[in-house]
Order: sequence, then structure tokens, then C-alpha cells
Amino acid sequence: MEDRFAIMTGNEACVRGAVVAGMNFFAGYPITPATEIAEIASALLPKKDGKFMQMEDEIASIAAVIGASFAGAKAMTATSGPGISLMQENLGFAIIAEVPIVIVDVMRQGPCQGVATAPAQGDFMQTKWGTHGDHPVIALAPASVGEVYVETIRAFNLAEKYRTPVHILSDAMLAHMSERVRIPEAKEYEIVNRKTPTCAKNDYKPYQDDGTGVPPMAKFGDGYKWYVSGIIHDETGFPVTNEPEQIGLQIRRLLSKVENNRGDIEKYEEYRTEDAEILLSAVGMVSRSAKAAIDQARNEGIRVGLLRPITLWPFPERRLAELAGQVRTIVTCEMNEGQLFHMVRESAGGTNVRRVTQNNGKIISAQKILTTIRELQTND
Amino acid sequence: MTERTERKEHIFDKYLRQDKLPHIWCPGCGNGTVVNALLHAIDKTGLEQDKIVLVAGIGCSSRANGYMNFCGMHTNHGRALAYATGVKMHNPELKVIVLTGDGDCTSIGGNHFIHACRRNIDITTVVFNNANYGMTGGQYSPTTPVNARTKTSVYGNIEPNFDICSLAATSGATYVARSTIANATMMVSQFEKALNHRGFSVVEAICDCPTLFGRINKLGDAVAMLADKKTRFITAAQAKNMTPDELSGKIITGEFVNRTNLPEYTEQYDVLIKNAKEEE
Ligand SMILES: Cc1ncc(C[n+]2csc(CCOP(=O)(O)OP(=O)(O)O)c2C)c(N)n1
Ligand code: SF4
Repeated sequence: MEDRFAIMTGNEACVRGAVVAGMNFFAGYPITPATEIAEIASALLPKKDGKFMQMEDEIASIAAVIGASFAGAKAMTATSGPGISLMQENLGFAIIAEVPIVIVDVMRQGPCQGVATAPAQGDFMQTKWGTHGDHPVIALAPASVGEVYVETIRAFNLAEKYRTPVHILSDAMLAHMSERVRIPEAKEYEIVNRKTPTCAKNDYKPYQDDGTGVPPMAKFGDGYKWYVSGIIHDETGFPVTNEPEQIGLQIRRLLSKVENNRGDIEKYEEYRTEDAEILLSAVGMVSRSAKAAIDQARNEGIRVGLLRPITLWPFPERRLAELAGQVRTIVTCEMNEGQLFHMVRESAGGTNVRRVTQNNGKIISAQKILTTIRELQTND
Repeated sequence: MTERTERKEHIFDKYLRQDKLPHIWCPGCGNGTVVNALLHAIDKTGLEQDKIVLVAGIGCSSRANGYMNFCGMHTNHGRALAYATGVKMHNPELKVIVLTGDGDCTSIGGNHFIHACRRNIDITTVVFNNANYGMTGGQYSPTTPVNARTKTSVYGNIEPNFDICSLAATSGATYVARSTIANATMMVSQFEKALNHRGFSVVEAICDCPTLFGRINKLGDAVAMLADKKTRFITAAQAKNMTPDELSGKIITGEFVNRTNLPEYTEQYDVLIKNAKEEE
């Protein structure tokens, strides 16, 4: 069979990928540059017996998405800066109640209202630490429209598999630009559905580890009468505020769901790293400028490569540490003040880490990165 | 030897999670009466236990669903209705009930409340109105009467209060009623009607927080507060012929809205799906 191609924007690819993954509920509130995701979902979902709701705000949007997931839905919401900030409290509920949902954050220039139409990468750390308390995080950061499509499918799969919210980090440019996308055939991806309980109706403990670290999840209405509190709970879902041992145990298991499965969750791309002496690290759209800079630098005889985390969280620490042992210098390229830089420095051992940052709503150019590479070549 | 007669199954055996008792509420707290009334109403409706979902926010009253043997979610402060909306939308066959306090519902959750009313989605909302924030130790809420004292209105409350039923009615709820724990029979029948109603229903259950609101306002113990309520509740019909002076201090109970002819949200969505499929 011949490959199928289509031209679409990043936001459209996100919805199309989500539908392929089985999304049947979407709730959101309009915000640039994520709005088209809601618009397209509102048009597509009803045709497939799915449902779309425009809620009164982003707080309600993520809440409705969580509620729908409890009833068995594959549910998603999409927003940007101000909206993602509003979602943080309920995101915590999704984490602690272990609810599979997908949250798309189409990053725009911050802080506050920032610049609605300008791309940015200021939400890396908010994705990781935004909701209070320590918690597991999965965040995927695609770099092309085609990758938005497949990573959205993967986001749903990871959410279902690990019973946890999964973020997709897009940005204003990726969201609105059109690219030719190869539509993968069904046999190229798997569709994961959450594990459901098989025990007797009265024996179900919704937060009991079945040995995999991820308890099976019943859906409301299927005969398992279960309850969950957003307060730290034991394996029955009921609060355990006076038992430090239980509290510690439950938080450990939450964190271990991601920590113990890094091999399955982590995904990254390497570009021309085999013999690299300088390593660039960049996420999302900026990696495209980084690749162009690498090609040019190599023409000039400078051996540069790229490590691009596709899974931003959990960060591919181990691979970065290995490459840090090989190269002389690592340079993060990012559209913020150095959120990736701090992460990379943590895993880089003694290797020198520099940063190329740009925080003005424009994608960093290949030229700017190249200039830094040349400086490093002559000075280091 | 006399044979012991088998004890008949009480509805509490069926509907309360016995293993989660005793509850955390203070002696004399009004919340128990509301739960009791709700369980009796649920029993009367004959609704299938497995198909009922209780969603609560945060507060003393929002702990109620932990003691009740149904599917339940204890969510975030003020957000129960938004969570419940998602549950109901994905599976309209579920009977979704929201348990919320006056602060939870009309302060931090006020926006969700008016929008849920407006959509007329088939959810029953039980507002436990004890006129203060119990859980955090008795601060004033949007329903604390003017001049009443609370931990954050020690010189008397100067903020005019919400009338929850009027708020619900003007926002579009299609069943709206109020009763007090001093008349639990009325409360049971309102809950029953609300549960059988197709659309967004609100029952404001006026209850007491003797520990905080009662003590700081010198209203006596739980029994005294209950006795006082008995003298103050009147029906909507009685209220009609009373002057504002006569009405002062009275609690008007009864049904304020009961409209059965308006479209319900999830049913409307089914029509939307049908239309979407027909359109090319
Ligand atoms: C976002 C947030 N703000 C504040 C609180 C603290 N808090 C917990 S319960 C509560 C008030 C509860 O009052 P009400 O809803 O009237 O219920 P009651 O306890 O009186 O039954 C507050 C302010 C919280 N948990 N979350
Ligand atoms: S503080 Fe008030 S509302 Fe809370 S349990 Fe005690 S009496 Fe009830």
C-alpha cells in the first residue's frame, strides 16, 4: 500500500492523533495559540460519538476531563500559559487519583499574558513542578507536525498504561504552521487501554499495587463501588493523614510509576553525535535550528551533535551523562532563561555546560547557535 | 429459649460504609441529618446503587460521600461540579450527585455552580449550608448573615449574603428547593424529587455548625439551634402574605422552581451528535 500524506497544522495533527488514540472526550476553554485544538475537536468528536465541551474556564476544563476519565473516557484538554497555570491544582488531583488524561500545553511567551501569538519554551519547569508537592511527570515535546501526531497517540498510551496525566508541550509556531505529514498505518502503532480489575466486586482496592506499580482502574458505573480522595490515601482510596509510613509509601509508589519505567517512557533523538566534541541539547522547534547549525558547523570541520529529548520528562539523564563523557562542551539551546540548562548541568558531571537562550517570542536562529559553536571552537 | 429474631436490613447497612465510621463530624453537627435524608431519598427512588456517583468538593460536608457506599470522588475545593460534569457527560446513564458546602459551592466554586445551572445538565446538587466555613475553623462564607460573627468577622459580618436558591433559579436550574434539618421529612421529599428530576436540580439543606458558628454567635448547643430553626422555618406559601418585617429572620422553605419542559444537556448533546453525523 502506498503511504498516505496530508498537510495540516500542528494543532490539527494533535486532534487527529488524539482521535486515532481513542479520544472520546475533550473539554477546553479558548486561548491562543491552542484554540484550534478545541475548534477541531468540537467538529470531529460528535461525528465519532465523542463529546466536546467548552467549559467556563480552564479549571473546569481539566476537572471535566478527569471526571470523564473516571467514567471510562479517553479525555484531553488543551491550553496555553495562563490556562496551564489555572489547571495546576486539579492536575494534582489527576496525579494523586491516578487518572489517565492528556494535557496539551501550546507554549506561548510568558509571563502572565505575555505574547499570545509568540512561541516560547517557558513552561518546561512548570510542567515538572507546577502543581505543589512531589509527583511523577510525563511530558512529550514534539518538533514537527508529524511528530505532534504520533506523540499525541503515545501520550494517550502512556497515560492509560501508567494511570497518570501526560503533557504534550507544543508551541505557538508548531501549533500554527502547516507541514506534510505521513499518516501512519494502524499497524504501525499500538493503542493501549487501561488495565481494568478482574477481582470480585467487593475486593477491589483501587490503589493496591498488583505488582506492576500501576493498579487496575475500574470505571464508574461498572459495579465496583470505589471512592478516591485527593487527600493522600491508602490503597482503598481513603485518607490516611495520620500515618507517616503510609503517606511515604503511597508517594513512593506514585513516583516509582515513572521512575521504574524510564526505559519504556523515555524517547530521544540523536543527530550526528557519533564523533561529536560539542553536544547541543534542544527541545521541540529549537532543535530544528540546532540541526541546521550542526550541518553548517560540520561543513566548517567542527564536530557537533545533538541530543533532543522527545520525552522532556522524565529527562533522558542517563544518555546525556554518557554523551557528557564523550564531548568537551554541552550547549543547551532554548527559548527561556535556561530551564533546560539547569537540567542538563545536573546530569553532565564535570563537563562544561553553556547555554544559548532567547526569550523574545522568536525561534532561535541557526545562525545564532552557529555563532556560539564557532566561539567555542576557537576559545575552549 | 427464645429465638432471636433476625434484624431487618436497615438502609444504612446497604448505603453506609460501616467500616469508615465513626465519622469525623462534631457531635451535633447537622451534616448527619442531611446524609440520613439523602439516603432515605435514594432508597425511595429505587435507583441502582452501582449507577450512582457522589462527587464532593472540600469541607466538612464534602466528607459525606466517604461514608456512603457508592462510587465517589473527593476532589478539590469548589470544583466538584466541574468534575461531575465530566462524569455525567461521558456516561449519562449514571446518576450524578454533588455534595458541597456553602463556601465550596458559592464562593470558590461559584462560577462552576452558575454555569452548571445554566447548562441544565442532569446533576443533583446538595448544598449543605451551615453559614460558615466549618473545615477551616469557622470563617465567614457567602451565606453568613449580615452582623453574624465568625473567626474572620469578629466585629460582625458586613458582606450581604447570597440566597443560594435565588442564585440557582436565576442561573437556570430547573429544580430548586430549600429545607432545614429541623424538618427532615421535607428534606427527604425534596431530595427524592430532585433525584427524579431530569435536569439540574439544587436542594439547599440548611444545617448547623454548633461547634463554630453556634458557639461564636452564642446560639446555644445543637439542640437549642435545632429548636430555634423549628420556630423560624416557614413555607414559601406562608411567606407570600408576609411583610418584610415579618419575614426578617425567617427561613423560607419549599420548592421554588420545578420546570420539566426544558431540554437537558446530555440529551441535547445526543441530538447534536445525530445532527453532526447527518451533516457532511
Ligand atoms: C484552594 C483551596 N483554598 C482553601 C482551602 C481550605 N478550605 C478547606 S475547606 C474550606 C471551607 C469549607 O467551607 P464550606 O464549603 O462551607 O464547607 P463546611 O466545612 O462548612 O462543610 C476551605 C476554605 C482549600 N482546601 N483549597
Ligand atoms: S466544624 Fe461545624 S460543620 Fe464541621 S463537623 Fe464540626 S459542627 Fe460540623
